[in-house]
Amino acid sequence: MTIGLNHCLLLAAMLFAIGLYGVLSKRNIIAILMGVELMLNAVNINFVAFNRFTPVSDLTGQLMTVFAITVGVAEVAIGVALAYRIYNDRQTINVDELDNMKG
Amino acid sequence: MNFAAINTEIFILVLGLFAIIMDLALPKDESRKAIGGVLIFSLTAWVAYMFTMYTPQSIIADGGTGTRYFNDMMYVVDNYSIFFKQLFIVATVFTMLFSLEYMQNVLRYKGEFYALLMTALLGMCVLASANDFLTAFIGLELMTISFYILVGARISSKNSSEAAIKYLIVGSVSTAVMLYGISLVYGATGTVQFYDMLRNPALFSAAGLAGATMVMIGFFFKLSVIPFHMWAPDVYQGAPTPITAMLAMGSKAAGIAVFMRVLYVAFPLIGFYWLPILAVLSAICMIGGNIMAIRQTDVKRMLAYSSIAQAGYMMVGIVSADFAGMKAVMFYGMLYVFANVGAFAALSLVEQHRGNSDYKAIAGLAKSAPVMAAVMTISLLSMAGIPPTAGFAGKLYLFTAVVNQGYLWLAFVGFIMSMISVYYYLQVAKAMYLEVGDDEPIVISGAARAAAVISVLATILFGVWPEKLAEITNLASFTFLQ
Repeated sequence: MTIGLNHCLLLAAMLFAIGLYGVLSKRNIIAILMGVELMLNAVNINFVAFNRFTPVSDLTGQLMTVFAITVGVAEVAIGVALAYRIYNDRQTINVDELDNMKG
Repeated sequence: MNFAAINTEIFILVLGLFAIIMDLALPKDESRKAIGGVLIFSLTAWVAYMFTMYTPQSIIADGGTGTRYFNDMMYVVDNYSIFFKQLFIVATVFTMLFSLEYMQNVLRYKGEFYALLMTALLGMCVLASANDFLTAFIGLELMTISFYILVGARISSKNSSEAAIKYLIVGSVSTAVMLYGISLVYGATGTVQFYDMLRNPALFSAAGLAGATMVMIGFFFKLSVIPFHMWAPDVYQGAPTPITAMLAMGSKAAGIAVFMRVLYVAFPLIGFYWLPILAVLSAICMIGGNIMAIRQTDVKRMLAYSSIAQAGYMMVGIVSADFAGMKAVMFYGMLYVFANVGAFAALSLVEQHRGNSDYKAIAGLAKSAPVMAAVMTISLLSMAGIPPTAGFAGKLYLFTAVVNQGYLWLAFVGFIMSMISVYYYLQVAKAMYLEVGDDEPIVISGAARAAAVISVLATILFGVWPEKLAEITNLASFTFLQ
Protein backbone atom coordinates (compact mmCIF):
# COMPACT_ATOMS: atom_id res chain seq x y z
CA MET A 1 0.00 0.00 0.00
CA THR A 2 1.33 3.43 -0.90
CA ILE A 3 0.63 6.46 1.21
CA GLY A 4 -1.46 8.93 -0.78
CA LEU A 5 -3.22 12.24 -0.36
CA ASN A 6 -6.23 10.75 1.41
CA HIS A 7 -4.14 9.16 4.14
CA CYS A 8 -2.44 12.46 4.88
CA LEU A 9 -5.75 14.34 4.93
CA LEU A 10 -7.27 11.74 7.26
CA LEU A 11 -4.29 12.00 9.60
CA ALA A 12 -4.56 15.79 9.59
CA ALA A 13 -8.30 15.70 10.26
CA MET A 14 -7.78 13.31 13.17
CA LEU A 15 -5.01 15.45 14.63
CA PHE A 16 -7.20 18.55 14.29
CA ALA A 17 -10.08 16.82 16.06
CA ILE A 18 -7.84 15.55 18.86
CA GLY A 19 -6.42 19.04 19.30
CA LEU A 20 -9.90 20.58 19.43
CA TYR A 21 -10.97 17.96 21.97
CA GLY A 22 -7.93 18.82 24.07
CA VAL A 23 -8.72 22.54 23.98
CA LEU A 24 -12.33 21.93 25.00
CA SER A 25 -11.79 19.28 27.68
CA LYS A 26 -8.51 20.18 29.41
CA ARG A 27 -8.54 22.60 32.32
CA ASN A 28 -4.83 23.33 32.54
CA ILE A 29 -3.64 26.27 30.42
CA ILE A 30 -0.47 24.45 29.31
CA ALA A 31 -2.52 21.45 28.17
CA ILE A 32 -4.87 23.76 26.25
CA LEU A 33 -1.89 25.33 24.51
CA MET A 34 -0.71 21.84 23.54
CA GLY A 35 -4.13 21.26 22.00
CA VAL A 36 -3.81 24.48 20.01
CA GLU A 37 -0.39 23.38 18.81
CA LEU A 38 -1.85 20.07 17.62
CA MET A 39 -4.52 21.91 15.63
CA LEU A 40 -1.92 24.13 13.97
CA ASN A 41 0.29 21.15 13.12
CA ALA A 42 -2.67 19.36 11.55
CA VAL A 43 -2.98 22.32 9.20
CA ASN A 44 0.71 22.04 8.33
CA ILE A 45 0.29 18.40 7.31
CA ASN A 46 -2.62 19.44 5.11
CA PHE A 47 -0.60 22.12 3.34
CA VAL A 48 2.42 19.93 2.71
CA ALA A 49 0.27 17.03 1.52
CA PHE A 50 -1.66 19.21 -0.93
CA ASN A 51 1.58 20.69 -2.18
CA ARG A 52 3.09 17.24 -2.70
CA PHE A 53 0.17 15.31 -4.18
CA THR A 54 -1.79 17.81 -6.27
CA PRO A 55 -0.50 19.22 -9.55
CA VAL A 56 0.55 22.70 -8.45
CA SER A 57 3.49 24.46 -9.97
CA ASP A 58 4.95 26.33 -7.00
CA LEU A 59 5.78 25.77 -3.35
CA THR A 60 3.08 28.00 -1.85
CA GLY A 61 1.81 25.24 0.42
CA GLN A 62 5.20 24.63 1.99
CA LEU A 63 5.71 28.37 2.28
CA MET A 64 2.46 28.65 4.22
CA THR A 65 3.73 25.92 6.54
CA VAL A 66 6.88 27.86 7.37
CA PHE A 67 4.81 30.91 8.31
CA ALA A 68 2.24 28.85 10.21
CA ILE A 69 4.98 27.23 12.32
CA THR A 70 6.47 30.63 13.14
CA VAL A 71 3.13 32.12 14.11
CA GLY A 72 2.22 29.06 16.17
CA VAL A 73 5.44 29.31 18.14
CA ALA A 74 4.89 33.02 18.80
CA GLU A 75 1.36 32.33 20.02
CA VAL A 76 2.43 29.55 22.37
CA ALA A 77 5.33 31.61 23.71
CA ILE A 78 2.92 34.38 24.69
CA GLY A 79 0.52 31.82 26.10
CA VAL A 80 3.19 30.35 28.37
CA ALA A 81 4.24 33.82 29.53
CA LEU A 82 0.62 34.63 30.37
CA ALA A 83 0.24 31.31 32.19
CA TYR A 84 3.25 32.23 34.30
CA ARG A 85 1.68 35.58 35.18
CA ILE A 86 -1.64 33.98 36.04
CA TYR A 87 0.19 31.52 38.28
CA ASN A 88 1.85 34.46 40.03
CA ASP A 89 -1.52 36.17 40.51
CA ARG A 90 -3.56 33.19 41.71
CA GLN A 91 -1.25 30.22 42.44
CA THR A 92 -3.17 28.11 39.90
CA ILE A 93 -3.41 27.77 36.13
CA ASN A 94 -6.78 26.04 36.10
CA VAL A 95 -9.00 27.88 33.62
CA ASP A 96 -12.14 27.18 35.66
CA GLU A 97 -10.87 29.58 38.30
CA LEU A 98 -10.51 32.44 35.83
CA ASP A 99 -13.96 33.80 36.61
CA ASN A 100 -13.38 37.35 37.85
CA MET A 101 -15.43 38.84 35.02
CA LYS A 102 -19.02 37.81 34.48
CA GLY A 103 -22.22 39.21 33.07
CA MET B 1 9.35 44.57 -6.24
CA ASN B 2 7.73 47.97 -6.19
CA PHE B 3 8.86 49.21 -2.78
CA ALA B 4 7.28 52.64 -3.35
CA ALA B 5 3.88 50.97 -3.10
CA ILE B 6 4.44 49.89 0.50
CA ASN B 7 5.89 53.14 1.82
CA THR B 8 3.16 53.40 4.48
CA GLU B 9 4.06 50.02 5.94
CA ILE B 10 7.78 50.78 5.86
CA PHE B 11 7.15 54.08 7.61
CA ILE B 12 5.12 52.42 10.39
CA LEU B 13 7.72 49.70 10.84
CA VAL B 14 10.45 52.33 11.18
CA LEU B 15 8.36 54.14 13.80
CA GLY B 16 7.93 50.91 15.74
CA LEU B 17 11.68 50.24 15.70
CA PHE B 18 12.26 53.84 16.72
CA ALA B 19 10.00 53.33 19.75
CA ILE B 20 11.92 50.22 20.81
CA ILE B 21 15.33 51.85 20.42
CA MET B 22 14.34 55.07 22.17
CA ASP B 23 12.88 53.06 25.03
CA LEU B 24 16.25 51.37 25.49
CA ALA B 25 18.25 54.56 25.05
CA LEU B 26 16.30 56.85 27.38
CA PRO B 27 17.21 56.83 31.09
CA LYS B 28 15.02 54.61 33.23
CA ASP B 29 13.24 57.33 35.19
CA GLU B 30 12.60 59.49 32.15
CA SER B 31 8.98 59.82 31.02
CA ARG B 32 8.17 57.97 27.79
CA LYS B 33 5.71 60.63 26.70
CA ALA B 34 8.25 62.08 24.26
CA ILE B 35 8.20 58.86 22.22
CA GLY B 36 4.43 59.08 22.05
CA GLY B 37 4.66 62.71 20.97
CA VAL B 38 7.01 61.90 18.11
CA LEU B 39 4.82 59.01 16.94
CA ILE B 40 1.64 61.09 17.09
CA PHE B 41 3.25 63.93 15.15
CA SER B 42 4.75 61.75 12.41
CA LEU B 43 1.63 59.64 11.95
CA THR B 44 -0.57 62.73 11.70
CA ALA B 45 1.71 64.14 9.01
CA TRP B 46 1.60 60.80 7.18
CA VAL B 47 -2.22 60.70 7.19
CA ALA B 48 -2.23 64.14 5.58
CA TYR B 49 0.31 62.95 2.99
CA MET B 50 -1.79 59.87 2.25
CA PHE B 51 -4.50 62.04 0.70
CA THR B 52 -2.14 62.52 -2.26
CA MET B 53 -1.98 58.73 -2.81
CA TYR B 54 -5.62 58.39 -3.88
CA THR B 55 -6.21 57.75 -7.55
CA PRO B 56 -8.27 60.80 -8.54
CA GLN B 57 -11.69 60.68 -10.16
CA SER B 58 -10.33 61.94 -13.50
CA ILE B 59 -8.14 58.84 -14.01
CA ILE B 60 -10.95 56.48 -13.00
CA ALA B 61 -13.30 58.18 -15.46
CA ASP B 62 -10.82 57.37 -18.26
CA GLY B 63 -11.01 53.69 -17.37
CA GLY B 64 -7.78 53.48 -15.38
CA THR B 65 -7.63 52.15 -11.82
CA GLY B 66 -4.26 53.44 -10.64
CA THR B 67 -3.89 50.31 -8.53
CA ARG B 68 -0.33 49.45 -7.59
CA TYR B 69 0.94 45.98 -6.71
CA PHE B 70 3.84 44.76 -4.64
CA ASN B 71 5.52 41.41 -5.24
CA ASP B 72 3.41 39.97 -8.04
CA MET B 73 -0.20 40.70 -6.98
CA MET B 74 0.43 39.56 -3.43
CA TYR B 75 -0.11 43.00 -2.05
CA VAL B 76 -2.47 45.52 -3.56
CA VAL B 77 -2.54 49.25 -2.92
CA ASP B 78 -5.78 50.74 -4.19
CA ASN B 79 -8.05 53.54 -2.97
CA TYR B 80 -9.90 51.03 -0.80
CA SER B 81 -6.81 50.00 1.13
CA ILE B 82 -5.55 53.58 1.38
CA PHE B 83 -8.83 54.63 2.97
CA PHE B 84 -8.70 51.85 5.54
CA LYS B 85 -5.06 52.58 6.33
CA GLN B 86 -5.97 56.19 7.01
CA LEU B 87 -8.75 54.98 9.28
CA PHE B 88 -6.38 52.75 11.27
CA ILE B 89 -3.76 55.47 11.61
CA VAL B 90 -6.36 58.03 12.73
CA ALA B 91 -7.63 55.56 15.33
CA THR B 92 -4.11 54.89 16.62
CA VAL B 93 -3.20 58.57 16.76
CA PHE B 94 -6.30 59.43 18.78
CA THR B 95 -5.75 56.47 21.09
CA MET B 96 -2.18 57.51 21.80
CA LEU B 97 -3.27 61.11 22.29
CA PHE B 98 -5.79 60.37 25.02
CA SER B 99 -3.72 57.65 26.65
CA LEU B 100 -0.47 59.59 27.24
CA GLU B 101 -1.46 60.23 30.88
CA TYR B 102 -3.09 56.85 31.39
CA MET B 103 0.06 55.04 30.35
CA GLN B 104 2.30 56.98 32.68
CA ASN B 105 0.06 56.24 35.65
CA VAL B 106 -1.29 52.76 35.01
CA LEU B 107 1.15 50.72 32.92
CA ARG B 108 4.56 49.54 34.02
CA TYR B 109 6.23 49.07 30.64
CA LYS B 110 5.61 52.24 28.65
CA GLY B 111 8.03 52.06 25.73
CA GLU B 112 6.88 48.58 24.73
CA PHE B 113 3.32 49.84 24.67
CA TYR B 114 4.13 52.21 21.79
CA ALA B 115 6.20 49.64 19.93
CA LEU B 116 3.45 47.02 20.15
CA LEU B 117 0.82 49.54 19.14
CA MET B 118 2.89 50.20 16.02
CA THR B 119 3.20 46.50 15.17
CA ALA B 120 -0.55 46.10 15.65
CA LEU B 121 -1.08 49.06 13.31
CA LEU B 122 1.31 47.49 10.80
CA GLY B 123 -0.69 44.27 10.94
CA MET B 124 -3.92 46.16 10.25
CA CYS B 125 -2.36 47.95 7.26
CA VAL B 126 -1.12 44.63 5.85
CA LEU B 127 -4.64 43.22 6.27
CA ALA B 128 -6.22 46.07 4.35
CA SER B 129 -3.88 45.47 1.41
CA ALA B 130 -3.61 41.69 1.49
CA ASN B 131 -4.43 40.06 -1.81
CA ASP B 132 -3.70 36.45 -0.96
CA PHE B 133 -4.35 34.26 2.02
CA LEU B 134 -0.69 34.10 3.01
CA THR B 135 -0.44 37.88 3.38
CA ALA B 136 -3.84 38.08 5.04
CA PHE B 137 -2.82 35.41 7.54
CA ILE B 138 0.44 37.15 8.41
CA GLY B 139 -1.29 40.51 8.81
CA LEU B 140 -3.99 39.02 10.98
CA GLU B 141 -1.51 37.30 13.25
CA LEU B 142 0.77 40.33 13.48
CA MET B 143 -2.23 42.32 14.66
CA THR B 144 -3.73 39.77 17.07
CA ILE B 145 -0.43 38.68 18.64
CA SER B 146 0.39 42.31 19.38
CA PHE B 147 -3.06 42.66 20.91
CA TYR B 148 -2.63 39.56 23.11
CA ILE B 149 0.31 41.28 24.78
CA LEU B 150 -1.34 44.70 24.93
CA VAL B 151 -4.51 43.29 26.52
CA GLY B 152 -2.37 41.79 29.29
CA ALA B 153 -0.33 44.95 29.75
CA ARG B 154 -2.02 46.14 32.97
CA ILE B 155 0.17 44.14 35.31
CA SER B 156 -1.42 45.52 38.49
CA SER B 157 -4.80 44.01 37.61
CA LYS B 158 -5.76 40.34 37.73
CA ASN B 159 -8.49 40.94 35.16
CA SER B 160 -5.93 41.99 32.57
CA SER B 161 -4.07 38.67 32.44
CA GLU B 162 -7.36 36.77 32.61
CA ALA B 163 -8.64 38.72 29.61
CA ALA B 164 -5.39 38.15 27.74
CA ILE B 165 -5.38 34.36 28.18
CA LYS B 166 -9.04 34.14 27.18
CA TYR B 167 -8.31 36.22 24.09
CA LEU B 168 -5.26 34.10 23.28
CA ILE B 169 -7.02 30.74 23.54
CA VAL B 170 -10.09 31.76 21.55
CA GLY B 171 -7.95 33.70 19.08
CA SER B 172 -5.53 30.86 18.39
CA VAL B 173 -8.31 28.28 18.03
CA SER B 174 -10.03 30.55 15.52
CA THR B 175 -6.70 31.00 13.73
CA ALA B 176 -6.32 27.23 13.51
CA VAL B 177 -9.87 26.85 12.14
CA MET B 178 -9.25 29.57 9.56
CA LEU B 179 -5.90 28.06 8.53
CA TYR B 180 -7.52 24.66 8.12
CA GLY B 181 -10.06 26.31 5.86
CA ILE B 182 -7.32 28.01 3.88
CA SER B 183 -5.50 24.69 3.45
CA LEU B 184 -8.68 23.07 2.08
CA VAL B 185 -9.25 25.96 -0.31
CA TYR B 186 -5.63 25.70 -1.40
CA GLY B 187 -6.05 21.99 -1.97
CA ALA B 188 -9.17 22.51 -4.07
CA THR B 189 -7.93 25.38 -6.22
CA GLY B 190 -4.15 25.01 -6.08
CA THR B 191 -3.62 28.65 -5.19
CA VAL B 192 -3.96 31.03 -2.28
CA GLN B 193 -4.13 34.15 -4.42
CA PHE B 194 -7.45 36.00 -4.53
CA TYR B 195 -7.40 36.87 -8.25
CA ASP B 196 -6.55 33.28 -9.27
CA MET B 197 -9.24 31.92 -7.00
CA LEU B 198 -11.86 34.20 -8.51
CA ARG B 199 -14.31 32.16 -10.61
CA ASN B 200 -12.33 28.95 -10.13
CA PRO B 201 -14.98 26.22 -10.48
CA ALA B 202 -12.99 23.92 -8.16
CA LEU B 203 -14.16 26.11 -5.26
CA PHE B 204 -17.53 24.39 -5.57
CA SER B 205 -16.04 20.99 -4.77
CA ALA B 206 -16.62 19.55 -1.31
CA ALA B 207 -13.17 20.58 -0.06
CA GLY B 208 -13.55 24.08 -1.47
CA LEU B 209 -16.95 24.66 0.12
CA ALA B 210 -15.85 23.29 3.49
CA GLY B 211 -12.71 25.40 3.34
CA ALA B 212 -14.58 28.59 2.47
CA THR B 213 -17.01 27.96 5.31
CA MET B 214 -14.18 27.49 7.81
CA VAL B 215 -12.46 30.66 6.60
CA MET B 216 -15.73 32.56 7.13
CA ILE B 217 -16.09 31.12 10.64
CA GLY B 218 -12.55 32.24 11.43
CA PHE B 219 -13.48 35.75 10.38
CA PHE B 220 -16.68 35.67 12.44
CA PHE B 221 -14.56 34.90 15.52
CA LYS B 222 -12.31 37.86 14.79
CA LEU B 223 -15.27 40.18 14.17
CA SER B 224 -17.02 38.80 17.31
CA VAL B 225 -20.21 38.06 15.44
CA ILE B 226 -22.83 36.29 17.58
CA PRO B 227 -22.63 33.21 18.12
CA PHE B 228 -18.82 33.52 18.00
CA HIS B 229 -18.69 36.48 20.37
CA MET B 230 -18.20 35.00 23.84
CA TRP B 231 -14.63 36.22 24.21
CA ALA B 232 -15.38 39.88 23.44
CA PRO B 233 -17.02 41.14 26.69
CA ASP B 234 -14.36 39.65 28.98
CA VAL B 235 -11.49 40.88 26.83
CA TYR B 236 -12.95 44.37 26.49
CA GLN B 237 -13.50 44.63 30.22
CA GLY B 238 -10.10 43.34 31.31
CA ALA B 239 -7.92 45.17 28.79
CA PRO B 240 -6.45 48.61 29.53
CA THR B 241 -9.04 51.13 28.29
CA PRO B 242 -7.00 52.56 25.36
CA ILE B 243 -6.49 49.00 24.11
CA THR B 244 -10.20 48.33 24.43
CA ALA B 245 -10.71 51.36 22.22
CA MET B 246 -8.21 50.04 19.67
CA LEU B 247 -9.88 46.62 19.68
CA ALA B 248 -13.27 48.19 19.06
CA MET B 249 -12.14 50.57 16.31
CA GLY B 250 -9.01 49.22 14.64
CA SER B 251 -9.21 45.48 15.03
CA LYS B 252 -12.84 45.36 14.00
CA ALA B 253 -12.38 47.65 10.99
CA ALA B 254 -9.36 45.63 9.86
CA GLY B 255 -11.41 42.46 10.08
CA ILE B 256 -14.17 44.07 8.04
CA ALA B 257 -11.68 45.31 5.44
CA VAL B 258 -10.17 41.90 4.77
CA PHE B 259 -13.54 40.16 5.09
CA MET B 260 -15.00 42.31 2.31
CA ARG B 261 -12.00 41.60 0.09
CA VAL B 262 -12.24 37.86 0.69
CA LEU B 263 -15.98 37.82 0.17
CA TYR B 264 -16.10 39.97 -2.98
CA VAL B 265 -12.76 39.16 -4.63
CA ALA B 266 -11.80 35.62 -3.63
CA PHE B 267 -15.21 33.96 -3.22
CA PRO B 268 -17.65 36.10 -5.23
CA LEU B 269 -19.74 33.15 -6.38
CA ILE B 270 -19.86 31.35 -3.05
CA GLY B 271 -20.34 34.72 -1.41
CA PHE B 272 -23.54 35.15 -3.37
CA TYR B 273 -25.01 32.18 -1.51
CA TRP B 274 -23.60 33.47 1.76
CA LEU B 275 -25.41 36.81 1.66
CA PRO B 276 -28.74 35.58 3.13
CA ILE B 277 -26.82 33.85 5.94
CA LEU B 278 -24.88 37.04 6.58
CA ALA B 279 -28.18 38.94 6.70
CA VAL B 280 -29.49 36.62 9.41
CA LEU B 281 -26.21 36.82 11.35
CA SER B 282 -26.20 40.59 11.22
CA ALA B 283 -29.80 40.67 12.49
CA ILE B 284 -28.80 38.34 15.35
CA CYS B 285 -25.86 40.61 16.13
CA MET B 286 -28.02 43.72 16.23
CA ILE B 287 -30.69 42.10 18.40
CA GLY B 288 -28.41 40.13 20.72
CA GLY B 289 -25.77 42.83 21.15
CA ASN B 290 -28.28 45.53 22.01
CA ILE B 291 -30.40 43.38 24.33
CA MET B 292 -27.41 42.06 26.27
CA ALA B 293 -25.90 45.52 26.56
CA ILE B 294 -28.92 46.67 28.56
CA ARG B 295 -28.23 44.52 31.59
CA GLN B 296 -24.51 45.29 32.00
CA THR B 297 -23.22 47.10 35.07
CA ASP B 298 -19.77 47.92 33.71
CA VAL B 299 -19.54 50.62 31.04
CA LYS B 300 -16.63 48.91 29.24
CA ARG B 301 -18.59 45.65 29.11
CA MET B 302 -21.63 47.54 27.88
CA LEU B 303 -19.51 49.05 25.11
CA ALA B 304 -18.29 45.54 24.23
CA TYR B 305 -21.85 44.38 23.60
CA SER B 306 -22.60 47.62 21.82
CA SER B 307 -19.59 46.99 19.56
CA ILE B 308 -21.07 43.58 18.72
CA ALA B 309 -24.22 45.41 17.68
CA GLN B 310 -22.14 47.89 15.67
CA ALA B 311 -20.50 44.98 13.84
CA GLY B 312 -24.04 43.90 13.00
CA TYR B 313 -24.83 47.33 11.53
CA MET B 314 -21.67 47.23 9.43
CA MET B 315 -22.55 43.75 8.19
CA VAL B 316 -25.83 45.18 6.93
CA GLY B 317 -23.74 47.13 4.43
CA ILE B 318 -21.76 44.01 3.49
CA VAL B 319 -25.02 42.14 2.84
CA SER B 320 -26.13 44.67 0.25
CA ALA B 321 -22.93 43.80 -1.70
CA ASP B 322 -22.93 46.77 -4.04
CA PHE B 323 -21.35 50.16 -4.45
CA ALA B 324 -23.68 51.91 -1.99
CA GLY B 325 -23.26 49.21 0.65
CA MET B 326 -19.46 49.27 0.58
CA LYS B 327 -19.42 53.01 0.72
CA ALA B 328 -21.77 52.93 3.71
CA VAL B 329 -19.58 50.42 5.55
CA MET B 330 -16.50 52.57 5.09
CA PHE B 331 -18.35 55.74 6.07
CA TYR B 332 -19.73 54.05 9.18
CA GLY B 333 -16.31 52.62 10.11
CA MET B 334 -14.76 56.07 10.01
CA LEU B 335 -17.35 57.80 12.15
CA TYR B 336 -17.43 54.86 14.55
CA VAL B 337 -13.75 55.66 15.18
CA PHE B 338 -14.61 59.21 16.22
CA ALA B 339 -17.51 58.10 18.42
CA ASN B 340 -15.32 55.52 20.14
CA VAL B 341 -12.50 57.96 20.75
CA GLY B 342 -14.87 60.28 22.59
CA ALA B 343 -16.37 57.54 24.73
CA PHE B 344 -13.12 55.81 25.61
CA ALA B 345 -11.21 59.04 26.28
CA ALA B 346 -13.74 59.83 29.02
CA LEU B 347 -13.76 56.25 30.24
CA SER B 348 -9.98 55.94 30.51
CA LEU B 349 -9.98 59.13 32.56
CA VAL B 350 -12.53 57.61 34.93
CA GLU B 351 -10.62 54.36 35.18
CA GLN B 352 -7.38 56.19 35.85
CA HIS B 353 -8.83 58.31 38.67
CA ARG B 354 -11.47 56.08 40.22
CA GLY B 355 -9.97 52.64 39.70
CA ASN B 356 -12.74 50.96 37.69
CA SER B 357 -15.30 51.69 35.02
CA ASP B 358 -18.75 50.65 36.27
CA TYR B 359 -21.82 52.86 36.47
CA LYS B 360 -21.00 53.85 40.08
CA ALA B 361 -17.58 55.13 39.06
CA ILE B 362 -18.98 57.43 36.36
CA ALA B 363 -21.69 58.83 38.66
CA GLY B 364 -21.44 62.59 38.93
CA LEU B 365 -18.82 62.90 36.20
CA ALA B 366 -20.67 65.96 34.90
CA LYS B 367 -19.58 67.85 38.02
CA SER B 368 -15.98 66.67 38.21
CA ALA B 369 -15.19 66.74 34.48
CA PRO B 370 -17.96 68.54 32.58
CA VAL B 371 -16.19 68.55 29.21
CA MET B 372 -15.58 64.81 29.28
CA ALA B 373 -19.16 64.09 30.33
CA ALA B 374 -20.47 66.13 27.41
CA VAL B 375 -18.06 64.44 25.00
CA MET B 376 -19.11 61.00 26.20
CA THR B 377 -22.82 61.81 25.87
CA ILE B 378 -22.48 63.11 22.30
CA SER B 379 -20.31 60.15 21.29
CA LEU B 380 -22.80 57.65 22.67
CA LEU B 381 -25.66 59.43 20.90
CA SER B 382 -23.67 59.15 17.69
CA MET B 383 -23.36 55.39 18.23
CA ALA B 384 -27.13 55.25 18.70
CA GLY B 385 -27.64 57.20 15.49
CA ILE B 386 -29.41 60.31 16.76
CA PRO B 387 -29.33 63.32 14.39
CA PRO B 388 -27.44 65.67 14.00
CA THR B 389 -24.51 63.41 14.87
CA ALA B 390 -22.59 61.47 12.24
CA GLY B 391 -24.08 58.17 13.40
CA PHE B 392 -27.39 59.19 11.85
CA ALA B 393 -25.85 59.85 8.45
CA GLY B 394 -23.97 56.56 8.63
CA LYS B 395 -27.04 54.50 9.48
CA LEU B 396 -29.01 56.29 6.79
CA TYR B 397 -26.45 55.23 4.15
CA LEU B 398 -26.37 51.65 5.48
CA PHE B 399 -30.12 51.12 5.60
CA THR B 400 -30.83 52.82 2.26
CA ALA B 401 -28.27 50.57 0.61
CA VAL B 402 -29.76 47.40 2.02
CA VAL B 403 -33.38 48.39 1.33
CA ASN B 404 -32.44 48.96 -2.31
CA GLN B 405 -31.26 45.34 -2.42
CA GLY B 406 -34.63 44.09 -1.16
CA TYR B 407 -33.80 43.37 2.47
CA LEU B 408 -36.51 45.57 3.96
CA TRP B 409 -36.83 43.42 7.09
CA LEU B 410 -33.14 43.82 7.90
CA ALA B 411 -33.39 47.61 7.83
CA PHE B 412 -36.51 47.33 9.99
CA VAL B 413 -34.64 45.27 12.62
CA GLY B 414 -31.84 47.83 12.48
CA PHE B 415 -34.22 50.74 13.11
CA ILE B 416 -35.94 49.07 16.06
CA MET B 417 -32.65 48.05 17.63
CA SER B 418 -31.19 51.55 17.23
CA MET B 419 -34.15 52.87 19.20
CA ILE B 420 -33.60 50.27 21.93
CA SER B 421 -29.91 51.13 22.11
CA VAL B 422 -30.77 54.74 23.01
CA TYR B 423 -32.04 53.41 26.35
CA TYR B 424 -28.74 52.06 27.62
CA TYR B 425 -26.65 54.83 26.08
CA LEU B 426 -28.78 57.36 27.94
CA GLN B 427 -28.38 55.39 31.16
CA VAL B 428 -24.72 56.37 31.03
CA ALA B 429 -25.74 60.01 30.58
CA LYS B 430 -28.18 59.66 33.48
CA ALA B 431 -25.44 58.31 35.76
CA MET B 432 -23.11 61.11 34.77
CA TYR B 433 -25.58 63.99 35.07
CA LEU B 434 -28.24 63.07 37.61
CA GLU B 435 -26.63 60.71 40.09
CA VAL B 436 -24.51 61.93 42.93
CA GLY B 437 -20.96 60.69 43.03
CA ASP B 438 -17.47 61.87 43.75
CA ASP B 439 -17.57 65.65 43.18
CA GLU B 440 -13.85 66.22 43.24
CA PRO B 441 -12.70 67.91 40.01
CA ILE B 442 -10.52 65.73 37.78
CA VAL B 443 -7.52 67.36 36.15
CA ILE B 444 -7.52 66.51 32.46
CA SER B 445 -4.35 66.70 30.41
CA GLY B 446 -4.33 68.91 27.34
CA ALA B 447 -3.74 65.98 25.00
CA ALA B 448 -6.73 64.00 26.27
CA ARG B 449 -8.92 67.07 26.10
CA ALA B 450 -7.75 67.76 22.53
CA ALA B 451 -8.46 64.18 21.43
CA ALA B 452 -11.93 64.23 22.95
CA VAL B 453 -12.92 67.63 21.62
CA ILE B 454 -11.59 66.98 18.10
CA SER B 455 -13.43 63.67 17.92
CA VAL B 456 -16.71 65.29 18.98
CA LEU B 457 -16.26 68.12 16.50
CA ALA B 458 -15.65 65.53 13.77
CA THR B 459 -18.74 63.59 14.86
CA ILE B 460 -20.93 66.67 14.55
CA LEU B 461 -19.22 67.94 11.41
CA PHE B 462 -19.73 64.68 9.52
CA GLY B 463 -23.30 64.61 10.79
CA VAL B 464 -24.32 67.95 9.33
CA TRP B 465 -21.92 67.95 6.38
CA PRO B 466 -21.01 64.41 5.32
CA GLU B 467 -20.12 65.44 1.77
CA LYS B 468 -16.31 65.38 1.90
CA LEU B 469 -16.08 62.03 3.69
CA ALA B 470 -18.72 60.59 1.38
CA GLU B 471 -16.67 61.68 -1.65
CA ILE B 472 -13.59 59.85 -0.39
CA THR B 473 -15.55 56.70 0.42
CA ASN B 474 -17.12 56.90 -3.05
CA LEU B 475 -13.68 57.01 -4.60
CA ALA B 476 -12.51 54.09 -2.47
CA SER B 477 -15.42 51.76 -3.19
CA PHE B 478 -15.57 52.71 -6.87
CA THR B 479 -12.06 51.51 -7.72
CA PHE B 480 -12.61 48.39 -5.65
CA LEU B 481 -15.55 47.27 -7.75
CA GLN B 482 -13.90 47.91 -11.12
